[in-house]
Amino acid sequence: MAHTFLLEIGLEEMPAHVVTPAIKQLVKRTADYLKEQRVDYDDIKPFSTPRRLAVLISGLADKQEDISESVKGPAKKIAQDADGNWSKAAIGFTRGQGLTPDDITFKEIKGTEYVYVDKFIAGEPVASVLAGLRDIIMAMTFPTMMKWSTHHFQYIRPIRWMVALLDDQVIPFSILDVTTGRSTRGHRFLGKEIDLATAADYEENLTSQFVIADADKRKQLIKQQIDKLAADNDWTVDVDAGLLEEVNNLVEWPTAFAGSFDDKYLTIPDEVLITSMRDHQRFFYARDANGKLLPVFISVRNGTDHDLQNVVAGNEKVLTARLEDAMFFYTEDQKKTIADFVDRLKTVSFHDKISTMAEKMDRVKAIVAVLAKHLNLNDAQTKAALRASEIYKFDLVTGMVGEFAELQGVMGEKYALLGGEDPAVAQAIREHYEPISADGALPESVPGAVLALADKFDSILTFFAAGMIPSGSNDPYALRRQATGIVRIAKDQNWALPVAELASDFIAAETDAKVAPDLDQASQIQAVVDFIKDRIRKILRSAKQRHDIIDAVTNGSSSDVLRLFTAADILASHANDDNFKDVIESLTRVIRLAQKAPAELADATVDAKLFENDSEGALDQGVAEVAAAADKGLNDLYAALADIQPTIAAYFEATMVMDKNEAVKNNRLTELSKLANLAMGLGDLDQLIVK
Amino acid sequence: MTEKLSMQAIILKLQQYWSAQGCMLMQAYDTEKGAGTMSPYTFLRAIGPEPWNAAYVEPSRRPADGRYGENPNRLYQHHQFQVVMKPSPDNIQELYLNSLRELGIDPLEHDIRFVEDNWENPSMGCAGVGWEVWLDGMEITQFTYFQVVGGMEVDPVTSEVTYGLERLASYVQDVNSVFDLEWADGVKYGDIFKEPEYEHSKYSFEESDQDMLLRHFDEFEAEAKKQIANGLVHPAYDYILKCSHTFNLLDARGAVSVTERAGYLSRIRNMARAVARAFVAERKKRGFPLVKDDKLREKLLADEEAK
Repeated sequence: MAHTFLLEIGLEEMPAHVVTPAIKQLVKRTADYLKEQRVDYDDIKPFSTPRRLAVLISGLADKQEDISESVKGPAKKIAQDADGNWSKAAIGFTRGQGLTPDDITFKEIKGTEYVYVDKFIAGEPVASVLAGLRDIIMAMTFPTMMKWSTHHFQYIRPIRWMVALLDDQVIPFSILDVTTGRSTRGHRFLGKEIDLATAADYEENLTSQFVIADADKRKQLIKQQIDKLAADNDWTVDVDAGLLEEVNNLVEWPTAFAGSFDDKYLTIPDEVLITSMRDHQRFFYARDANGKLLPVFISVRNGTDHDLQNVVAGNEKVLTARLEDAMFFYTEDQKKTIADFVDRLKTVSFHDKISTMAEKMDRVKAIVAVLAKHLNLNDAQTKAALRASEIYKFDLVTGMVGEFAELQGVMGEKYALLGGEDPAVAQAIREHYEPISADGALPESVPGAVLALADKFDSILTFFAAGMIPSGSNDPYALRRQATGIVRIAKDQNWALPVAELASDFIAAETDAKVAPDLDQASQIQAVVDFIKDRIRKILRSAKQRHDIIDAVTNGSSSDVLRLFTAADILASHANDDNFKDVIESLTRVIRLAQKAPAELADATVDAKLFENDSEGALDQGVAEVAAAADKGLNDLYAALADIQPTIAAYFEATMVMDKNEAVKNNRLTELSKLANLAMGLGDLDQLIVK
Repeated sequence: MTEKLSMQAIILKLQQYWSAQGCMLMQAYDTEKGAGTMSPYTFLRAIGPEPWNAAYVEPSRRPADGRYGENPNRLYQHHQFQVVMKPSPDNIQELYLNSLRELGIDPLEHDIRFVEDNWENPSMGCAGVGWEVWLDGMEITQFTYFQVVGGMEVDPVTSEVTYGLERLASYVQDVNSVFDLEWADGVKYGDIFKEPEYEHSKYSFEESDQDMLLRHFDEFEAEAKKQIANGLVHPAYDYILKCSHTFNLLDARGAVSVTERAGYLSRIRNMARAVARAFVAERKKRGFPLVKDDKLREKLLADEEAK
C-alpha cells in the first residue's frame, strides 16, 4: 500500500530570504536520503512559511527494497580440506555475511572454484527509515546560524515543534527537547494548535487555521490581490519579483491593502519615495497611466481584513514620518549651493592614509583630462567630463544622502540639475558609480564612462600605493569590483586602455597639476596591471574561453584591456585552422630563442651584411611585413604571423642561430627578437597548447 | 485601544508584567550609555553560566542623534525598556506578545511581524541574531538572542527584548511628535525633555571641549585597564562606559576622522573583551552563586578548571 508522510519543522520566524532556499534544501536532502535508503515514492511536495518548513511525501513504499546478491568468498581449496571439512576461513566468511557454511555454493572462475553465498537482506519497514530524517533535519545549513537557551546545537532559528506523521501514525524522534507529534500550529494570532488525523490533511487543516502553507499559492494570491487593488483604482503597479518573494515569506495569511500619503511629498524625487516605500517599508508603489508616481502604496498584512483600518493608518503614519524627514533634507539641501557642498568635501576623508574627498576629486580631474585626450573625446564631452570631475562627490555631504546612503549619485544628478549644471554633467555624476555590481548596468554617456574610469583608476592606484591591496577574501574597499568595472566599461565603449602607459600618464598629470598624493603610485603600476589582468582572466574564464588562450593573452606584452579580449577572440577563432599548430609552433620557437638574446641587444638593429644565407633576408623582409600589419590591428597581425610561417620554417632549415661567430649570432637573435616582440603583442604564444 | 496610556503607565505596566514573568526589576544604571544593552545588568550578566532575568528602563544617550529638540522622532536621549532572560525561555516570543496585549495592543487588530534584524555592536564585541518587531509597519522592539558578548561566545543564551518606549508610546497615544507624548497626567514629554534636548544637542555639536574629551578618553582608558588588572570588574566597566560615551561626544563633534574612528572603537572593544573575561573569572572565584543547582554548579566550576 502506498503511504503518505508529512514532516514539518516548526520554527520561530525565519529571515524572509532564507525560506525559499531552505525548503529547496530540505526537499533535496529528503530525496537524496530516500534514494540512498532504497525507498520508493511518487512525489515530494514542499510547503514553507516564515514559521515552517514541511514536505509531504506521497506514494511511499511499505519498506526499503530488499537486497539480494551473490557474494564471492575464498577459493574452494582454502575453504575445504581434502576431507571436505570447512576451514576457519570459510566459516569466518559465512559468519561475516550472517550465514553458515550450509549456505555455500561453488562457482568456477577462470578454472578455479570459489565459494559463493546468496545473501538476502530484507528491507526495513518505511517507518524505521523515516525516523532517520532526524539527521537530515539536523544536517541543514543556513547563512546565519544561532543557538538558544542552554543548547549548543545551531540552526537558523529555534525549533519549536515538529510533526512526523506516516499516514495516521506518529514517527517518533526528538531534536533537543522537541519531540515529533501530530500537532501543528496555525497562524500566530488567528489560528490555534491543532492535531492532524493524517498526514494528507496537512494543507487543508492549516488553511482552516489561517495558514496558506503552499508558498506558490500564497504568492499567487498576493499577486492577485495587488492586481485587483491596482485594477480597482486604475493604478499601474509593477510587482517587483524580489519584493514579492520577500513579502511572501513574511506572511502566512496575506491580505493586500492600499494606503496613501499627502500629495505634497510628490515634490520629493521619485527615487527617494521609492526607496522609502520599497526598501524601507516593503511597500509596492503605483503609477498612473502616464507613468507618474502616485501618492499611494500597497502593502500586505499578515492576517485578514479585520480592523484593517488600524493597519492602514499605522503604515501611513510610518511612511509619512519617513517622507517628512526626506522632505526636510530635500528642502534644507536646496538652501545650499553645489559650491558649498564641494567646499565641505575638504573636511571629508576619502581614506585617512590617502587624502580627503576634495583631493581625490582634484586627482580624478587630472586623470579625466588624460583620458579625454587619449580617447579623442569631442569638446562637449571633454567639457562635461571635466566639469563633472570638479564636483562629482558633492552629494555625499547632503542631508539626503546622509539619510539615504543608497541614493548617492542619484541625488547628485538631481541636485546638479537643480543647481543649473549641464544635463551631461549631472548624468555623469550619477553614472560614475556604475557598474554597482558584477553585472550591473554600465554608464551610458561618454562623460559618465570617462568619469567612472577615472574614479576607479584613482581608487585602485592610491589604495595600492597606500599598501591596502586586496588579498584572499579581504577586499574591504571593493577594489576588485572597481577593476572589473574598468574592464567592462572599456569593452562596452570599445576603448583601447593600455593600463601601464595610461597609469604613468595619470601620475605625471597629477604631478603637473600639483595634486599628486603623498604616496608612491609609480611603483605600483605593474601590480595594478596584474590586478586588472586578473579580472580579465576571470571574465574570460566565465565566458568559457580556452584556458591556454587566457594564459597566452594575459601573459603577452600588452596591458590594453580591449586588446586582450580581441586577441583572445582571434586566437580562439583560428584555433581550428589547419595551419594553427604549425604557425604557433614556429612562433613559439622564435619566442624561446629570442629569450636567449642578451639584454644589450634590445635596441640593436639587424645588419643585412651579416646574413649568410637567403632565408635570413627572406625572414627580414617577412618581419617588416608583420610590423606593418601590426599597425593595422590584431586581425592583420595574426594573418601576417600566419603567412610568415613557411618563411620561418625555411629559415630554421637553413640557419643555425647560435653561430660560433658572436656577431652573426647576435644579429640573428636581434632579428628573431623583433619578430618575437611583434608576436607577444598578440600574447605569449608559448602558453598555447597545440597538439 | 480603549484608553491611552501615559508614558509612565506604559512603564509601570511593563514592569508589572515582566516581574510576574520572573524578572527582577532593576533600576537604570547611573553611568551614561548608548543603549540598555550596555548596562552591566545586560552586558556583564549575559556572560558566563549564571542565569539572569531582569527588566529595567534605561535612558540611552546618542549624542549624534540629537536634533536640538526640533525633530519629532530623533532624540539625544531616548528611553529603552530592557528585558533580559537567560537562558532564553522557549516561549519568549509569546511572553513578548502578551506584554503588548497588556498595553492594549491586540494583535488581532494590528499587523505584527518579526522581521529579520541581526544585531551587532562591534565596539563592545557583541553580536546576536533576531528580529525587529513591526507594529503596523513601525519598528517598536528589537528582539535578540545574544551569541557573542564581549568577544566571548555565550552559554547559555540570553534573550533580549528592547522596547523603544517613545515609539511605542507614540503609537499607543497616537501622536506624531514625541514631544506631544503625555508622560504623566497633564505633563508632556516636551515639557520635561525639550530643554535638555536642545542644550545637549548644542553642547554635543558646538560647545564641547574637544581637548578635554580627548584627554578624558585616554585617562578613562588607562583607569579601566588598570582596574581590569586589579580584578575590580565593576569600576573598570564604569570607565569603559565613560570611554564609550566620551567617544560618542567626540564623534558627534566631528572630531574623529574615519580611521581614528576605527582606532577608538577597537580600543573600546579591547577593553570590553578584557572586562568580559575578568567578570567570568571573578564570578567563578565566588562559585557562580546564582547557579542554584548544586550538581550543575560543581560541574561548571570543574569545567572551568579544566579549561
